[in-house]
Parts: sequence; C-alpha cells; structure tokens
Amino acid sequence: MTTSALAAPATGDGTEAPATTSERSPGDQNRAGWLFATPFLALYVLFLIGPVLIGLVISLFNTTTVKSGLGEWVGFSNYADVLSSGDFWDSMWHSVLFTLLTTPLLVLLPLLFAILASRVVRNRWFFRLAFFAPYVVPSSAVCLIFAFMYTPETGLVTNAFGWLGLTAPNFLGSTSGAWFAVVLLTLWWTFGFNFILYTAGIQEISQEVYEAASIDGAGPWQQIRSITIPLLRPTMSLVLILQVLASLKVFDQIYILLAGGPNYSTRPVIEYIYDTGFTSYRGGYAAAATMVYFVILVAVSTGWLLVRSRRTTSSGNTPAREEGAGA
Amino acid sequence: MTVTAVALDADEDRSRTGGRPDEGSKAFNRLAATCLTLFALIWLVPFAWALITSLRPDSEIAAHPTRPWSSGLSLDAYRSAWDASPIGWWYVNSFIISTLAVIFTVIVCSMAAFGLVHLKFRGRYAVFGLILAGLMLPTEALVLPQFMEFRALHLLGTYWAIILPAVALPVAVFVFHAFIKGIPIALIEAARIDGASWWRIYYQVVMPLCRPAISAVAILTFITSWNAFLWPLLVLTQTKSQTIPVGLSGLVGGAAIQYAETMASAVLGILPLLAVFLLLQRQITQGVANTGIK
Repeated sequence: MTTSALAAPATGDGTEAPATTSERSPGDQNRAGWLFATPFLALYVLFLIGPVLIGLVISLFNTTTVKSGLGEWVGFSNYADVLSSGDFWDSMWHSVLFTLLTTPLLVLLPLLFAILASRVVRNRWFFRLAFFAPYVVPSSAVCLIFAFMYTPETGLVTNAFGWLGLTAPNFLGSTSGAWFAVVLLTLWWTFGFNFILYTAGIQEISQEVYEAASIDGAGPWQQIRSITIPLLRPTMSLVLILQVLASLKVFDQIYILLAGGPNYSTRPVIEYIYDTGFTSYRGGYAAAATMVYFVILVAVSTGWLLVRSRRTTSSGNTPAREEGAGA
Repeated sequence: MTVTAVALDADEDRSRTGGRPDEGSKAFNRLAATCLTLFALIWLVPFAWALITSLRPDSEIAAHPTRPWSSGLSLDAYRSAWDASPIGWWYVNSFIISTLAVIFTVIVCSMAAFGLVHLKFRGRYAVFGLILAGLMLPTEALVLPQFMEFRALHLLGTYWAIILPAVALPVAVFVFHAFIKGIPIALIEAARIDGASWWRIYYQVVMPLCRPAISAVAILTFITSWNAFLWPLLVLTQTKSQTIPVGLSGLVGGAAIQYAETMASAVLGILPLLAVFLLLQRQITQGVANTGIK
C-alpha cells in the first residue's frame, strides 16, 4: 500500500507532463486531490470505521446503555460470556437457518425466471414490474400485508392451503409455521432484486453465440444448459454472496412480524444484540456479541473473495462485468 | 460487493431466441411466457389484496374474508388511517431524510471518485484500498456502537443521525469511479489548458456528463434510505419524528378487527415509492443492475 502510494506522483508526472500547463504543479494536484477526497474520508472514518473501534473498546468494559461513560475494565470476560451463552448461539443458529432456507430459493428461482423471461419477447416490462415492485416496499408495509394474509381461519394464505386440500400451520404461533411465513414473505419481497441482476447478466451474453448454436441445431433447452448457465457463473456467484450476506443480516421481517417469537424460537443475531443492548442495557456484552458477529460476516465475504480470485486467476479469465468496471 | 458496470443503454428488448426459431423453440417460448405470466400474476396478489381490503367495509371483510369483490367500495378507511396515526409527518420525515441523503451521497462520493481518477495525489492508492475494504464492512451489524457514538455526539433524535452514516457509501464511489474513467481525458485536458480550476472541471465538465451514474446512485440511496428500518427505529423515538417504515411497524399486530384501516395504512406506506418506481421503472431496474448491491 505505502510503496504504491509513493510511486503514484511519479507515474502521474510521466504521463501527464506534456499536456500540463506550467502553472499546474504536482503539488497543486496533491492538495486538490486531498481536498476532493476529504469529505468522503472524514465521514467514512467517523461513521464507518469509528463504530468498529468503539465497539472494540466497549466490548472490553462493562458499559451499560442507560448512562454515558465506559464503566469498568473487564478484559475479555464479555467475550467469554458471549461465546458460552446458549441464547447467543441459538440466535446465531436462527440467522444461519434463515440463510439456509432462503438462499437456495432466492439464488435458483430468480435464475430460472430470468432465463424464462429472456425467451419472451413481448411484455417484458410487465414481468419486471410484477417481480421488482415488492423490492421498493418498506419492510413494515410488507409485514402488515402478510400478517393479514396469515391470519388464522380468515387469512388469504390460510385459505389457499385449504383450497389445495392442505391444513395451514399456525403461521405466527408455531415455530415451523413462523419460519414458513417469514421465508415466503422474504421470497416475495426480495425475489425481484436477484431477478434484475440475472437479467442484466443475461443481456451481456452476445446474441451471436445463440445464433451460432441455433444454426447448429441446438434446441432451447440445450442453449440454456450449454450457453446461458455457464456464461452466467460470475453473476450466480455474485448473487450467491450478496444473498448469503443479506440473509445473515436478517432483522426487519422477523422482528416486525414475529418479534423473534414464538418464545424467541426465531430470534436472529441482530435482534439478540438489540435485546441485550437496548432492552437489558448490557452495552459491553452486546458490543462483544456485535464484534463476534462482525468477524463472522467479514470472514464470509473475505472467504468468498479469496475463492473467487483463486478461481479467476487459475482459469485465466476475469469476469466480463469486472472488466467493464475497470474500463 | 462487486461493482458491475453494465452497458448503460443496453438494449433490453432484444429477443434471445436466436435467428430462425423452429417449431420446438416456439412452443418452448410460449410455455415460458405462460409460466412467467402466471407467476407474475401471483406476485401481484398481495398488492391487489391489500388494495381491495382497504376499500371494503369492515363488516363485510369479517363476514366474507376472501371474497375478491365488494358490494360497496369506499375510501373511509384511508381517512381513518390518516387520522389514527401521523402518516403525514412520517412522509415528511422520510422525504427530508432520503432527499438529503441522496444529495450528500452524490456530491461527496462523486468528488472522491473524481479526485481518485484525475488527481495524482500522494496516498491515493491507500485511499482507494480503504474504500475497497469498506465494501466488505457490514454496517448493519454495528448499530450498537454506532448508537453509543451518536449519543456521545448528542445527535440522537435528529435527521442528521440518519443522514450522516449513509453518506460515505463505498459502492457509490465505485459507480462514479467507473463512469468518470470512461469520460475522454481530452475534455479535461482542454478545460485545464483554458485555465479552469479543478473544482470547475468537476462541476462544469465531469458532473454534467455523469448523469447515468448520478441517477444510479441517487436511486439506490433513495430506496435504501426510504426503506431503512433498524437504525431509524433506534434513533427516532418520538412518534412524530419517525419515518414511514418505523411508524408503520407499530401497527403490525395491533387492532386486529380494523382490517380495512390497517390495509389502508399499508397502501399509504407503499404508495410514494411505488409511484416513483412506476414512473422511472427502466432507470430504477437499470440502476440496481449497475450497482449490484443491497
């Protein structure tokens, strides 16, 4: 990092010098550059890096959330408490379970529908509208509507089960019913986002490839299997990691619709941190839980980056989208 | 996570069916269209359901909960929903917060990107690396320390508490960075020879050419900040100072009999952003595809 930073002005001079007028010195660029970057850097350090450091410090004290001040130094005992807490690991498992339940659905179904949509010529705006519109709806409005549809006996989803000859579970009162309710809601709500990413990925595949395949006599199914899906790999990998990270960070739906219930059986990590930090006022403990969770999330995204960069360097082709970003 | 610069004016309506579709692929395409239409209609059911319910009288909903038509439609539920909670205030708060967040994000992030692309300042690679690392920072997980910080700054309960942490958005810098790099360098050199200051080059040469990037970032920021839930829930505790998502969440699980009123509130909560989406459908989906981040 430091060496490349020192090399920067030199390369700049080499390429820029001929066109630069005499009064514009590298010193001028240096000052102007920092002036342009400063507003961003100030906010970035204060409000993105700041909370990480504050969380790190607070997690080592028995801070309470009700009064200001750090409280007493307790070393790593908050971490020991968090790591040995059954409630913390339960909530961690709920976030992971939610991820396991939603990720396959939200990675594969939008892929299927984006591929189907690419075969349709007319009325594409209608599919885009129907699938993406839920994504702009606030979480609480989604929960209001779904809570109404999940009402026992009178709700639309409850009745739909009856029409299919099935008995509806108690959506908001039983654990398995609650998971079903929240997964269905999430599928409806966020499906469109992944659908749009896949649609954009499909549009980058050259039309000529399909034409060549079609001249060679490849049917639609063969074209999808041997052209669309292999060329969509980079998009699928992007959608997968975005979905895993988003699902691990679940809070809104479960908190609003179920309040983590019944009896904390669906409470995700963020709600656990919220409960310990803001309801029981155990700031230091909640900060330690925050840091453990933070490290897990960063590890997941770093792991994905490592796997992806190894795969791209070994196969020798960078994903097309990234070349576009660099161009 | 990754910035995806999809060609901004990609022709969306090109068919993917290949040159001369034979009977087999025609049948396949028809099947695909049928499946999709069916699912798209199912996807619209919750919207339709909320709207219909909000227009029916409560007594009728109780008697025939799943009947999709009604003898007498009325807007009464909207009036009582409007009177029952300060939705007007929630609109105002959400609107001010989201608009300010968009303005500051666009200015601050485009400035940083301009500096990184055109100004060879010392340490710019370190700055770039720092912003790149920011893409991996799960900020939603950090609400507790963030809360402590804002309490120490005495900013809790203000609009600023919500706007300030939203402004330094790494993905926005990358969207602008990719776009500004594509602007011909000759334009900037010409302006420099004419003696324009860097600031003038930024706002008179570069920004007007950045329209597609500005709209992508503005759309992303507006939707994200309009729909933000957890942080506004912690920061804005007065009923009148809440935003739409936080205010509406208080209605879930309450007053189980007033179906029409509850659904009317939900429809009112959906309306502003849905209206914007209907108007700018193409730009919004394109913008989301370009930024590729939640």
